[in-house]
Amino acid sequence: MEKKKIRNDIILAVCVLAASLIALAVFLCVRARGSYAVVLIDGKETARYSLSENAEIEIKSENGVNTLKIENGKASVISASCPDGICTAHRAVRYGGEVIVCLPNKLVIRIDSASNGGVDAVS
Amino acid sequence: MKTKNIAFIGLLCSVSLILAYIEALLPPIYAAAPGIKLGLANIMSVFALYKYGAKEAATVCLIRISLSALLFGNPWSLAYSAAGAVLSLAVMILLKLSGKFSPVGVSIAGGVCHNLGQILLAMMVLKTIGLGLYMAVLAITGTIAGVLVGFCASLMLKYLKKV
Repeated sequence: MEKKKIRNDIILAVCVLAASLIALAVFLCVRARGSYAVVLIDGKETARYSLSENAEIEIKSENGVNTLKIENGKASVISASCPDGICTAHRAVRYGGEVIVCLPNKLVIRIDSASNGGVDAVS
Repeated sequence: MKTKNIAFIGLLCSVSLILAYIEALLPPIYAAAPGIKLGLANIMSVFALYKYGAKEAATVCLIRISLSALLFGNPWSLAYSAAGAVLSLAVMILLKLSGKFSPVGVSIAGGVCHNLGQILLAMMVLKTIGLGLYMAVLAITGTIAGVLVGFCASLMLKYLKKV
């Protein structure tokens, strides 16, 4: 009985790990350098910036203020008005599909590669 | 409910709160995705689930998240821990009732579902589905943390049999 439970535990752990590793492996294989940093506030795209031009952009919304920095093809958030600052601690993103999230300000910075921009615009 | 059990569940709540506090003191890990954590406080919920039952586990878990949000959180952290806790509790109780899993398996499912609940709430709040990549990372760290938590809960169950 106990042995059977342990076997079930292991099956559960292996299934979860396999599913996530496959998902990550697929992402790592198909990932492409992004071309745009898309700013989404409350789920709506409000702006997109090319990753090829260095810039510092202040993003204001009714929820707060964040500063987006684009440098050497990578986007990061360098300041935020929210108390937790998780978005500023996030590493810079550069591949299509990667996101930086600021939950309190309902802000998402998403990287779009030129190829998947159309698909995401529809979805 | 016997008075002794009430006292013991109160004790579990306070230990759980202290574990949550210790974890809040640790520097957060944002390496690959926000939300990576050990979930030490869940040791007490898993223990209560196996020692007493679903109702007691829910009590320990819900008292802990409300108190820890009041003491060292904010309304946002309360919403997210509640989303994680409710889903993880529901799944843990169902798996326990199925009788097919040991505390380790139950706590793995609990850990992963805690992250899943938070990601689902974040997707709803942000109205974005692009958080799936985080979930893949969190499922891996959640499984590892779940194994650890489950072993701790099993040890407690073994040594506190007579309590």
